[in-house]
Amino acid sequence: MVGIKSYGAHIPRFRLDRNVMQLALLFLGFAPLRGEKAVANWDEDSVTMAVAAAMDCLRGEDCGKVDGLYFATTSPTYSLRQNAGIIAAALDLNTSVRAADFTDSTKSGTAALLAASDAIASGSLESCLVCAADCRVSKVGGNGDYTYGDGAAAFLLGKEDIVARIEGSYSTSHDFVDRRRLEGERLEHMWEERFIRDAGYMKFIPEAVSGLVKKYNLTIKEFSKVIYACAFSSAHSALGKTLGLSPEQVQDPLLGNVGDTGVAHPLMMLVAALEDAKPGDKIMVVSFGQGCDSFYLTVTENIKKMKDKRGVKGNLADKAPLGSYDKYLAFRKQIPAEVGIRGEEMVFTSFSIISRDNREINGMVGAKCKQCGTPSYPVQRICPNPDCGAVDQMEPYRFADKPGTIFTYTSDFLAPCIDPPASYGFIDYEGGGRALVDFTDCDPNTLKVGMPVEMSFRIKYTDEKRAAVNYGWKAVPIIS
Amino acid sequence: MAEGIRDKVAIIGMGCTKFGERFDAGPQDLIVEAFVECLADAGIDKKDIQAAWWGVHMPDISVGRGATTLGLTLKLPFIPITRVENFCATGSEALRGAVYAVASGAYDICLALGMEKLKDTGYGGLPLGGGFGYKMPLINSNLTAPGGFAMMATKYFSKYNLNPQDGKMMLAKVSAKSHKNGALSPKAHLRKEVTVEQIINAPIIAWPLGLFDCCGVSDGAAAAIVCRADMAKKFRPDPVYVKSLQIAVSSGEEMMYTKWDGAHVEAAYRAGIAAYKEAGIKNPREEVSMAEVHDCFSITEAVTMEDLQFSPRGKVKEDIEAGRFNLDGAQPIQPDGGLKCFGHPIGASGLRMMYEMYKQLQGKADKRQLKDPKIGLTHNMGGFPSMNIVSVCIVGK
Repeated sequence: MVGIKSYGAHIPRFRLDRNVMQLALLFLGFAPLRGEKAVANWDEDSVTMAVAAAMDCLRGEDCGKVDGLYFATTSPTYSLRQNAGIIAAALDLNTSVRAADFTDSTKSGTAALLAASDAIASGSLESCLVCAADCRVSKVGGNGDYTYGDGAAAFLLGKEDIVARIEGSYSTSHDFVDRRRLEGERLEHMWEERFIRDAGYMKFIPEAVSGLVKKYNLTIKEFSKVIYACAFSSAHSALGKTLGLSPEQVQDPLLGNVGDTGVAHPLMMLVAALEDAKPGDKIMVVSFGQGCDSFYLTVTENIKKMKDKRGVKGNLADKAPLGSYDKYLAFRKQIPAEVGIRGEEMVFTSFSIISRDNREINGMVGAKCKQCGTPSYPVQRICPNPDCGAVDQMEPYRFADKPGTIFTYTSDFLAPCIDPPASYGFIDYEGGGRALVDFTDCDPNTLKVGMPVEMSFRIKYTDEKRAAVNYGWKAVPIIS
Repeated sequence: MAEGIRDKVAIIGMGCTKFGERFDAGPQDLIVEAFVECLADAGIDKKDIQAAWWGVHMPDISVGRGATTLGLTLKLPFIPITRVENFCATGSEALRGAVYAVASGAYDICLALGMEKLKDTGYGGLPLGGGFGYKMPLINSNLTAPGGFAMMATKYFSKYNLNPQDGKMMLAKVSAKSHKNGALSPKAHLRKEVTVEQIINAPIIAWPLGLFDCCGVSDGAAAAIVCRADMAKKFRPDPVYVKSLQIAVSSGEEMMYTKWDGAHVEAAYRAGIAAYKEAGIKNPREEVSMAEVHDCFSITEAVTMEDLQFSPRGKVKEDIEAGRFNLDGAQPIQPDGGLKCFGHPIGASGLRMMYEMYKQLQGKADKRQLKDPKIGLTHNMGGFPSMNIVSVCIVGK
């Protein structure tokens, strides 16, 4: 039986209070939703958030067995250069992995998960990682501007040691045009909200639920949790009644504290449901896009063994206010921000370097001396230990998953950065090695020598002249 | 058996432009300004120069690469010219080329000239450029010069248990002293005294370094003419002799290995030892009369005092507070204001340091003149505390 072996999630640390948005946007009308939304830092996008969720999911798992990586998003960074390939590189998966992007609809996340499930069931894949992430940008003051949040979920699927069996699915496809964006467009267009609510959510979600229940001869009362991706808060409540669900059966849609995270939305809700699940629980998931995918799972005894996951709960607790709507606009490049004449200079992007040294750059794989055990990053051919100096005695050594502590740091107002000051410093890694890296998601005032950090895959810089978003690993100081 | 260069070469002429934001002057103006003074000071003819070393760190924003700039600008008659570049130690590298060429016996008279035109970029700080190649920005952090040295301040404070207030106070006294000296230097970029309070309260550039912890970003040029020591007195009664000129370059162990404490510059310590050995100096704290060190940032000067063994490790604060390095102290440092106030046109800085030592030894330092200095030292550093080039040059009468 195919099922979920592990799960993970990522919610960006920054939260934007919708009241703060409302103050800035009142001239355009009222906010359609209250509470706060999770917003990606300036150096996050759908790719980096997927990597963060996958790191959470893969913690303690055998990455060497992963032979599939499906990535779903409606906000891909590249439209030519596989985003899943960047994620696979960041995770340092085997190169013998089947990587694919699923895109264009908010139900692509469930499509990726079901495709992975089928590939495993057929024996074509053994262990497939499914990541879903969205970081969508909408017109200022529009519905999406308020309702959308940024986030990601990841699942490792396989046949053994599963925590939830995937029992069956039912899908529908309607060329229903609620939201659309043409190739090359950055901002999306949305049709009337009442139309989306009445002719979309209220119609297709019940259709998908009843289709699944009928197909597998189930009753709605059997489910401990029903997850349905409806981004309108009041319609979400109304749907609970329409579907005949008790309030306990309805999985919290995360709209008031995270927002509508697009392809990731139903899957982040699934992560949250699994965090509270007991063996034997049945969980139904319904996505919404141009039609719906519905499927259901049965939780196994292994769920008790799941630990060390940050998941949705851990990510919800780890937050900091962004404070200003203007900053959000600058982060998402909705308004041109002054980064100084100095900041206009950009280092040339060489794709032969990025390709040749891909494991080193995107996977943060350094070298470890087989003679004296000294790890080094960047990769060295001659051991930097002055008492060793061995030549070509190196083996690959991954730094990205190693915890570290701050050796020294600064917060720099001269370094061009959309969110000055740019904080960076030397990290001493557990197990050895020292590297000079950027810090992110941090409050410069809380930095201290000796502070623990973990590494996070982020955008290093965007090179618009050469159509490049360049990634690398940064240190996130751990508060608490 | 190598015998070194001690007392084999003398400096017989020097020139230095007014440093500053020379929006009035292009590279040609700066080069000629320094050269004309230098040639007149040496009292020789242009045709007496047999070879030249030309230092510019960022030629891509000013004059382009290669040695032709110097030949074409000064109309030097088809002599050998070498362009050298070694980060912020470029000026000393030019001098090293000329000094070692004379010491080798290959030439009698050589020229070293360094110039930098930084203020055509349109912004403060140094150009980002591709100084570390295309790959470094993908692997390592965002990094600026103040940030790179600020990390040493962070680590110094941490290692020696200085709280940020006390640490910043120590550094402020370093800068206040240099501003006092800079105000007495007619050719300096920044000629205003500032108080310790002003320094402490200035905007932060890279924590914990504030505006007054950082040196000026300047345009300028400086030049030296050197000759065989045995012929120096033919040109002038008061030549300055080169006792040693040593350089040390990082091996990578500071940046990539975990032994380095982050609170000192290993290459400076090593270059100092090598230079003292060659010059026959046993006790640098007592024997070195004065020094111009690479105070690109206040923390650099403080740590350099320890690296050069002027102060014991971790104890420079006591010497700073006692006024040891002031113009009227026991061991004056930066009598001309240093990089901090005289300014830092990169390719020229090493030669500018020597210009002050040369003038002091000749008794021509005007209001800054020290009482009978015997031994002068220049310390010129390029790169960051974690990876760098340091040259130490010792001169005397």
